[in-house]
Amino acid sequence: MRSVRLASAMQRNIFDQMECSYPNEGGGFLLGHINSGAAVIEDNIQVENVFALEEQHHRYAMRPQDWMRLEDEAEARGLSLVGYYHSHPDSPAIPSEYDREHALPNFVYVITSVTMGRAVEMRVWNLRADRGAFDQLTLEVT
Amino acid sequence: MAQIRIPTPLRMYTADKATIDVDGNTVGEALASLVAQHPDLRTHLFNNDELRSFVNIFIDDEDIRFLQGLDTEIDANDSLRIIPSIAGGLMLSQSELEN
Repeated sequence: MRSVRLASAMQRNIFDQMECSYPNEGGGFLLGHINSGAAVIEDNIQVENVFALEEQHHRYAMRPQDWMRLEDEAEARGLSLVGYYHSHPDSPAIPSEYDREHALPNFVYVITSVTMGRAVEMRVWNLRADRGAFDQLTLEVT
Repeated sequence: MAQIRIPTPLRMYTADKATIDVDGNTVGEALASLVAQHPDLRTHLFNNDELRSFVNIFIDDEDIRFLQGLDTEIDANDSLRIIPSIAGGLMLSQSELEN
């Protein structure tokens, strides 16, 4: 995978969600298509952070049932579950070791850095097939 | 034969097949059958011989961790599903590591 394309309105929507979650981490799933190395995001769906409340300033987790539900929804809509997004409050939009340990390849990881309550940067990543590291992808906001 | 449903990102290792027929009388044997057919899945499902902590196996709506884990018995009509627990977060600070 080389690039990720999403609409500017969707990016703004993700930024708004991540700012509302601040100072905790927020996140959700990305539905769309992956063709010829390019992921096109058609929809983003916010999902509740179910990590222990006192840890949510640096941790984000979803229920597996949310994956099940949205994978089924994506396929019913002729889309695929292509990725997930979450925020890094007061920290760079760079994957952590924790992110890597819980990641899958061929899946878009969108990270938004939220500084002092404002979303300041979005970067997109993909885990290598050998699980050793993330590669940053080109983000195209249309 | 029982079937295992593959999560979307891992279908790149099953020639885009969403479900795979597997042999076995337990969940562990079914997963061994899956990995024997599609060896590139192994590193994403297992850490050494342990199921990765973020990999969940469901039989219908039941997580096998609340049954008998990999020893949970299955029959030929069962549909298993691999569901990742997506998680993320920041690097721990030095003080948090020390705590």
